[in-house]
Amino acid sequence: MTTTIDPPERRETAADKLRQGRHAISERWHHAPRWVRWVLLVAVIAFFYALPNKEFYQYLGPIPTPGANFTQVMFTVSIYVLLAVGLNIVVGFAGLLDLGYFGFFAVGAYTVAVLTSPSSDVKTLWPWLLVVPIAIALTMVSGVMLGTPTLRLRGDYLALVTLGFAEMIRIAAVSSEFLKGQRGFNQIPHPPGEYADGRPWFGVLDARPYYWLVLTLIILVVIGVRNLTHSRVGRAWISIREDEDAAQLMGVPTFKFKLWAFASGAAIAGLAGALFAGKQNFVNSQNFELLNSIIILAAVIFGGSGNIVGAIVGGGLVAYMIERFRGIELFGVELYEYRFLFFGLVLVVMMIFRPQGLIPNRRRAAEFKDRRKEVIVGE
Amino acid sequence: MSDTEQTPAVPAQAAAPAVETVDEREPLLEVDHVTLRFGGVVALNDVDFTLYKGEILGLIGPNGAGKTTCFNAMTGIYQPTEGQIRFRGQKISGKKRHQITRMGMARTFQNIRLFPEMTALENVQVGADAHHKTSVISALLRLPRHWKEEREGREKAERLLEFVGISNRMHEFARNLSYGEQRRLEIARALATDPALLCLDEPAAGFNPAEKEELLQLIRQIRDQGVTVLLIEHDMRLVMGVTDRIVVLEFGKKIAEGLPAEVRDNPKVVAAYLGVPDDAA
Ligand SMILES: Nc1ncnc2c1ncn2[C@@H]1O[C@H](COP(=O)(O)OP(=O)(O)OP(=O)(O)O)[C@@H](O)[C@H]1O
Ligand SMILES: [Mg+2]
Repeated sequence: MTTTIDPPERRETAADKLRQGRHAISERWHHAPRWVRWVLLVAVIAFFYALPNKEFYQYLGPIPTPGANFTQVMFTVSIYVLLAVGLNIVVGFAGLLDLGYFGFFAVGAYTVAVLTSPSSDVKTLWPWLLVVPIAIALTMVSGVMLGTPTLRLRGDYLALVTLGFAEMIRIAAVSSEFLKGQRGFNQIPHPPGEYADGRPWFGVLDARPYYWLVLTLIILVVIGVRNLTHSRVGRAWISIREDEDAAQLMGVPTFKFKLWAFASGAAIAGLAGALFAGKQNFVNSQNFELLNSIIILAAVIFGGSGNIVGAIVGGGLVAYMIERFRGIELFGVELYEYRFLFFGLVLVVMMIFRPQGLIPNRRRAAEFKDRRKEVIVGE
Repeated sequence: MSDTEQTPAVPAQAAAPAVETVDEREPLLEVDHVTLRFGGVVALNDVDFTLYKGEILGLIGPNGAGKTTCFNAMTGIYQPTEGQIRFRGQKISGKKRHQITRMGMARTFQNIRLFPEMTALENVQVGADAHHKTSVISALLRLPRHWKEEREGREKAERLLEFVGISNRMHEFARNLSYGEQRRLEIARALATDPALLCLDEPAAGFNPAEKEELLQLIRQIRDQGVTVLLIEHDMRLVMGVTDRIVVLEFGKKIAEGLPAEVRDNPKVVAAYLGVPDDAA
């Protein structure tokens, strides 16, 4: 049947064996009996619910962060994971390069700040829970507004426009009187709920309830994203990533689905922003540096774009690593100061040894394997 | 190769065989004096032909004659500079590509353009999705429509993979399929959009004679299921064996049109092909 010539067989190297080893793990997971997978999944989830308890994490050796409150760090990590899951829809599945994803996070956080804080000019003082859906809706709208003119175009326009968008939001936050710049918004209300004795569930000192809230929402969001990717919608996204022209000619309304990818990603960032504001109590312009967009993008690629688990691991590891450096001194300098240098180094090493990401999408793994073949053919 | 089992659907002016029905002569696609320029290059020059329901029309011509460009104009990739194309009586121009596909026109590509990191099954499912309505909300909440369309699409995709003979490769990534399998997968994917007209751009390119014979059978079966076929092909033997009528292009111009035998003996066609020895195979 075949008319192509297969490349000549190559002798296996150690690196190949290693790769196959990793491959075997993913294969084993996919072939494991259903109940084994469920038990493992429940165990992992239980582990992460237990993680911020001191009674638990004090036994975890080097994992707790020496230079920062570990529960606070876990909250930050969980926010990054949520963001990575959202950005993965846009970049990993639909293949749209969004360089300003953090801008949507900012829109979510500022929506909550403006509508709930007493320092805001509008003085609505609405409760947090009421504003969360508004924040999500507004971020989606801003995603659609940004996407409508740009998603019709091909190529690098989207990257440029999203980059500009995030910068625009940041500059507005810094300099607009309405958004209060450095002074920011204070007394942003926390999520509702209280114990029988009147103490609130979501207080000021303890970060654990916030972390649990985000963790729970991550699980819900992941179920939602999985439902989407295992459906007509996900197939449309991937087909657009693979070959946009062919997708159109096979009846995929590509613009509509790109816009949906963009809006869904934005909505998740808006949710993350609203959660962040509800925990922080205070939002100002310093929270939204452009660097954050790049970190999340790097996290998605690092984890293995196009794979939900990869995005979770990538987002979690990257955010955790950055915090882990706090308080560690080496030759008299605090490593935290050099966190981005180290981070860049890790990325470069990754690109060399594992370009498909830590936990690649199985499709991507195949793609990179084949690229290696192509190179060999060329030799 | 046997020509005997065919009942050519001939154009109106030719003598109609007894089996011909009115329905078969209904025009499906009308390419109406189409000119298409790329800057100075005239890729199509006043090309004019009609495709009737139920026939297999061959579109042939030497390299660079404008065959693929003609497909591209039909499927909405390029807008004709002059003239227009009507499909099922409706103008193509101004329609989006996916709308044209939903109207019932499907195609394959001269340079295979599958979705490489999707499985064979998923590739065909994308085609089947053309007529599905599941959107973000129904997929997110797993509403009944999602389940219904998912089941239908999957069954259809499995059926079509079986039909083109690669159902054993269903869960393989498209990029891992052999060349011949990829060509078949493209046909299955196109058929999944329920086309009234299937446009095949050199589907047998790179095939050996046995594979070509199989493909020929496949094309006949497709036609027998009521799909009209427009076939671009270099291999004259293959074209003669399967088509009901042939349109010949050269340098963007239609130089001949008619029954295979007529076209084969047309001196203009012979001359056009003489200069291109590697196409005479
Ligand atoms: N996008 C384009 N821009 C400029 N010129 C083009 C473009 N597409 C096609 N052409 C030119 O139009 C002419 C017709 O090309 P086309 O691909 O339609 O030929 P073809 O009949 O399909 O040939 P082949 O048998 O080689 O596939 C060629 O001269 C080609 O260079
Ligand atoms: Mg061509």
